[in-house]
Amino acid sequence: MTEILFVLFAFVAVGGAIGVVISRTPVASLLFMVTTLAAVGGIYILFEAHFLAAIQVLVYAGAIMVLFLFVIMLLNLGHDYRADLKFGLWSLMALVVSGLTAGILASGFVSLDDNGIRPGGAGVAAELDAALIEKGAAGMIAEPLFTDYVVAFELVGLLLLVAIVAAVVLAKPRT
Amino acid sequence: MLSHALMLSAALFVIGTLGVVVRRNAIIIFLCIELQLNAVNLAFVALSRYTGIEGQLYVFFVMTVAAAEAAVGLAIIIAIFRHYKTVNVDQFNLLKW
Repeated sequence: MTEILFVLFAFVAVGGAIGVVISRTPVASLLFMVTTLAAVGGIYILFEAHFLAAIQVLVYAGAIMVLFLFVIMLLNLGHDYRADLKFGLWSLMALVVSGLTAGILASGFVSLDDNGIRPGGAGVAAELDAALIEKGAAGMIAEPLFTDYVVAFELVGLLLLVAIVAAVVLAKPRT
Repeated sequence: MLSHALMLSAALFVIGTLGVVVRRNAIIIFLCIELQLNAVNLAFVALSRYTGIEGQLYVFFVMTVAAAEAAVGLAIIIAIFRHYKTVNVDQFNLLKW
């Protein structure tokens, strides 16, 4: 069952990703992206990362994508019917770049396959499942987040504040 | 299922790379960068089953950084649009040699 769902979500995710790259209008690209994000969220659930799946759908597919949609709407894009895809030399270069990336990633994963993942193994998965039952989906993440990683958490809060101020300053018209 | 998830992650990352190289619309390029971030997140979540909860924590941080990046990046795109009246990256040739 899990495998079937995984394959389903994987195909939806890859199809959505291809749609993002090839669709003509920005809004269509954006909606394909939402599909991909939702499918990836489904895969998170299959890996027992329930909290992240919820965040993925709420924050990523919800808030961030709506931000993109607002910007597309504000800039009144989508009426530009010139070709957006680059062809010719660029497509050759794109093939080289993506081929290289795929090769590097695949070589990394092939070396990973022969028992390359060092710590834990199946024991870690059992530990995580036990923590999930004991603390719940949010508690499982929250406990290390607010103890071992609390400095990083606070810094990320600061980063968000800086980003908000920067966005306001950048988007404000010069007076 | 781990190797399949990593394959999927690699596929999404490569598609994102392709999109960054091949498209002209700055917003779509930005969207493809988000796609790449998501591919990495997927790899983190898949590996967290083998290395512990830290993988999921990193995904949390990556999402926050992605949100900040989206806010700042879109503000930059709006500022560029105000100046050039387009978001086509071929038109931004100020730093081109």
